[in-house]
Amino acid sequence: MTAVTQPVLHEPPQGKTAPALDLAKIRADFPILAERIYGKRLVYLDNAATSQKPRAVIDAITHYYEHLNANIHRGVHTLSVRATEAHDAARETVRCFLNAADRREIVFVRGATEAINLVAQTYGRSHVGAGDEILITAMEHHSNIVPWQILCEEKGAHLRVAPIDDRGELELDEFAKLIGPRTKLVAVTQVSNALGTVTPIRKMIELAHRRGVPVLVDGAQAVPHFAVDVQALDCDFYAFSGHKVYGPTGIGVLYGKRALLEAMPPYQGGGDMISSVTFEKTTYNDLPFKFEAGTPDIAGAIALGVALEYISKLGMKNIAAHEQDLLAYATEKVGALPGVRLIGTAPERTGVLSFVMDGVHPHDLGTILDREGIAIRTGHHCAQPVMDRFKIPATARASFAVYNTREDIDALVEGIGKAHEVFA
Amino acid sequence: MTAELGELYQEVILEHSKAPRNFRRPVSANHEAEGYNPLCGDRCSVYIDMDGDAIKEIGFQGSGCAISRASASMMTQMVKGKTKAEAVKLFEQFHNLVTGKDEEAKAGDLGKMAVFAGVSRFPARVKCATLAWHTLQSALEDERKHEPVSTE
Repeated sequence: MTAVTQPVLHEPPQGKTAPALDLAKIRADFPILAERIYGKRLVYLDNAATSQKPRAVIDAITHYYEHLNANIHRGVHTLSVRATEAHDAARETVRCFLNAADRREIVFVRGATEAINLVAQTYGRSHVGAGDEILITAMEHHSNIVPWQILCEEKGAHLRVAPIDDRGELELDEFAKLIGPRTKLVAVTQVSNALGTVTPIRKMIELAHRRGVPVLVDGAQAVPHFAVDVQALDCDFYAFSGHKVYGPTGIGVLYGKRALLEAMPPYQGGGDMISSVTFEKTTYNDLPFKFEAGTPDIAGAIALGVALEYISKLGMKNIAAHEQDLLAYATEKVGALPGVRLIGTAPERTGVLSFVMDGVHPHDLGTILDREGIAIRTGHHCAQPVMDRFKIPATARASFAVYNTREDIDALVEGIGKAHEVFA
Repeated sequence: MTAELGELYQEVILEHSKAPRNFRRPVSANHEAEGYNPLCGDRCSVYIDMDGDAIKEIGFQGSGCAISRASASMMTQMVKGKTKAEAVKLFEQFHNLVTGKDEEAKAGDLGKMAVFAGVSRFPARVKCATLAWHTLQSALEDERKHEPVSTE
């Protein structure tokens, strides 16, 4: 094992003395925000789909390929050592970011989707049998539904779904009732991508643990918006995607408690995940490499580390405060427009404003806003059961990041007004 | 509204989207199919009363954006009374029109459906404009379709 430089995630001082975010400076860090769309200023409000990348992340990828590129864990030459050290350092950065106890609990994957599939195919296949149950909620993204359906189909197990109310809040009592003697795993989102609801995740984990059931948390929509501490949560697995938290696409993280990961069978077979191979017997490598078969996205992991350092320097509390202000402002302004109905009005929300408009289909709204340089998502947001719950085919969704401003919301409101004129 | 948006959302398209024609299931329907656009969640069912090879009666139902509703509405008006082969040929022309492959199609057999030429400037909306047509094709081919036809 090569020496790992210990990165330190610098959180700025908090409290009244904490400097407010310098939005002009932050916006200047994101080159794409200077793009013109149909001659207009880009107003990027599709951050729940993917966030834009700061210069530091883009530079980290170039720097890797210009100065470090080599395969990791196998070379004696200088470049391989450099690449390995940088990759290890990125894993340590992720550990700090999630406050995991041990670097070996951080598995690099392609994204939250692969992280959940990994758990379904390893932990799930070895622990779930005929008649067993897996519990999710009614506000999961398809990526936290389908892997469990595949597993249930294979094993003859049942998927149970905890309901949400008309505001898009989890019905916690119903959730608690659904944890039964056959429940083998609870897999739940921390923040709904379609509604912005923040789930009472600590209570949910506590309820599951009281019945001895482990919990996987889908944190894809949570990590960009507030600090996450996996030890404080006491979750058993935590999944997130790099590209939604200012990192590149194709890289993500599965956190798992060490004892659970140790006991799990490997996910994919190949190089790097073994310690020795003969045709008679193969011994698997130690954590986390047991789950990282093949040459990983080395540049992606390093750039993800840079992204996490970038937002940690801004301060997760500062980001959360800024985004809460944006959401409150958007809720007030958009919610007051004639014919607009907000979908998802839970008291605890973050990052997402979902809505429908009388007489204007979300898809038409999306096209008209696009011509104004405003990017929003329209459709079912890979959460069709959520749309079914609210008896709508689709919503328009504006989602926020640290570089968004109140001016962006004003532009959105003006754009909605234009759509209203076209269809009035 | 920009000129391009004006070309997309022409008055006749807006009018049909607000008051779609043949928005019903004809009681005599003997062919039907369901269409689905998984990207935006739009749904469209097309019902046909086939008399031999001719489309005697046609209707549609479903939910979708202005482009998909107007396209479905105008399509039903256009193909009513046509033969299966004629309808399929119209779909081909319409497809070329909205994908910008055939600017000349404006003057072809499409008549007032030529207003959909503006869609070619909005590639993300081609599937909205063609959903009803894909569904029509599926309904023409089979008496009872159980699997929804998808734009993907």
